[in-house]
Amino acid sequence: MANTGIVIETENGQVKETSLGVMAAAGSEVVALVLGADPAPFKETLAAHGAAQIITLSATGGDVAQNPDLAALALAAAAKEFNLTALLGTASAPGKDLFARLAADLDHPLVSDCIRVDVGEKVGVKSHFSGKTFAKIKVSADLFLATVRPNAIEPAELAGAGELGSFEADAATDGSLKILEIKADAGGKMDLTEAPVIVTGGRAIGSADNYAVLQACADKLGAAVGASRAAVDAGYADHSMQVGQTGKTVSPRLYIACGVSGAVQHFAGMKTSKVIVAVNEDKDAPIFAKCDYGIVGDLFEVIPKLTEKL
Amino acid sequence: MKIFVCIKHVPDTAATIKLAGSTDYEDKDVKFVMNPYDEFAVEEAVQLAEKTGGEAVILTVGPADAVATLRSALAMGAHRGILVKAEDRFLDSSVAAKALKAAMDQDGAGDIIFTGKGSVDTEGFQTQYRLSRALGVPVVNEVTALEIADGKAVAQREIGGGNKEVVEISLPGIIGGTKGLNNPRYPKFPDIMKAKKKKVDEMDLAGLGIEAAPAATLEELELVPERSGAKMLDGSVDDQVDALIQILKTEEKVI
Repeated sequence: MANTGIVIETENGQVKETSLGVMAAAGSEVVALVLGADPAPFKETLAAHGAAQIITLSATGGDVAQNPDLAALALAAAAKEFNLTALLGTASAPGKDLFARLAADLDHPLVSDCIRVDVGEKVGVKSHFSGKTFAKIKVSADLFLATVRPNAIEPAELAGAGELGSFEADAATDGSLKILEIKADAGGKMDLTEAPVIVTGGRAIGSADNYAVLQACADKLGAAVGASRAAVDAGYADHSMQVGQTGKTVSPRLYIACGVSGAVQHFAGMKTSKVIVAVNEDKDAPIFAKCDYGIVGDLFEVIPKLTEKL
Repeated sequence: MKIFVCIKHVPDTAATIKLAGSTDYEDKDVKFVMNPYDEFAVEEAVQLAEKTGGEAVILTVGPADAVATLRSALAMGAHRGILVKAEDRFLDSSVAAKALKAAMDQDGAGDIIFTGKGSVDTEGFQTQYRLSRALGVPVVNEVTALEIADGKAVAQREIGGGNKEVVEISLPGIIGGTKGLNNPRYPKFPDIMKAKKKKVDEMDLAGLGIEAAPAATLEELELVPERSGAKMLDGSVDDQVDALIQILKTEEKVI
């Protein structure tokens, strides 16, 4: 029987929706591991999604929330302490980094950015070749390590005991890595990688200011705003907004591409979205051949209308 | 300053992948290129070598054909290359990291190591972390800006939502580069010709004492079905938008 641990990510005092999806991936009760935060406020949410135990993880060597190397060492110790046979996290920016450190520390395989996992069989299914193929990877190590692509698995209700506990790992780092600061200057926006809905503007957006049209629509949808490489290279958007190869890989339930031609490199970053809608003036744009719903029209007419009617 | 750059020979993202059996693909019509993220690593290394009068050494673990990718990095201005031959094209990242470490040990330790943030073929995004543990040096990934001074590297990395994290590591250390770090140069014809004459050492896994006994196996590779084309929404802008909202709410239930 699998004994699965899940690394819980939190934001603004709440459990991230994407972490609840990772809990559902386990398919049974789990040990929820919370790093450097008081889990009491999340007790009900985590218990309702299958947490048998909710453990605050800390380390003797410092603040685990301030050092990914220390967090990785603490997780490795927790995996032993709780006899875990699987440990899953989110393939978010911090999750990918943390699990790669953990897997390297243990010299265990890591199946990253999975769209499906089977913790009993120790199997993960993930993208290879920029979303062109899915690879099924089986791990023979005692501990199955995997990260799950945000939004790939829907959260599911599953009653768990939600017993609160804590574990302090006897771990310290050599101090060779230090986080100096977090710069939120261009930030404050919803994280693209984890957004449930994304509205993206391509080169046809024409200017940085015109993204306001998409932002208004995104605000109504609870969406993040993305950009194509062409729009980033033209200077209309910051690279942190880029979807596709050399940008972010996303998998929202709804992806609305506005004025995006649909290059292979763009699809590499959004192909596993559940529903893809394209708005483009050019009826022959390649994107229409590879999306679910299409509107031939001017994005500056279609999107404000959509915003108005939502 | 001795600078190592680890790069990978991968299928071009634009290439069509055709399966060969259940765990392999046809490679005869596939164009192989340098992993796109590795271009940022090579460019950063070459600039640093130019600035410090150092040497940029390119390392790759891959098939004999990977020498072409090695040469393209040499054409960008790197000084010499090392190819560790390994025929398994889904080479385990742990094995790759051990091979890179062994090759570095043989060549003499580096002061800094650059990699791309990950490779676009197997999308594992972990070899640089495994190399970090093998060498006992720190690693920072997805780096978009870098400053090096006093035996330390200060790296800026994207952490989502437009936020950036500033991380300091001691050197030697590993920097995983991504877009934003620099603008990789396009080699000119004379650079390409010059690269053909640069030194490339070849070795293989067995010669380095590396045994490939990975704890993960690729059981199946399946093609992801392409969408068959959009359902186009007709009529006036009002009609189109009404139809879209209706579909997204009631049929697809995504809003």
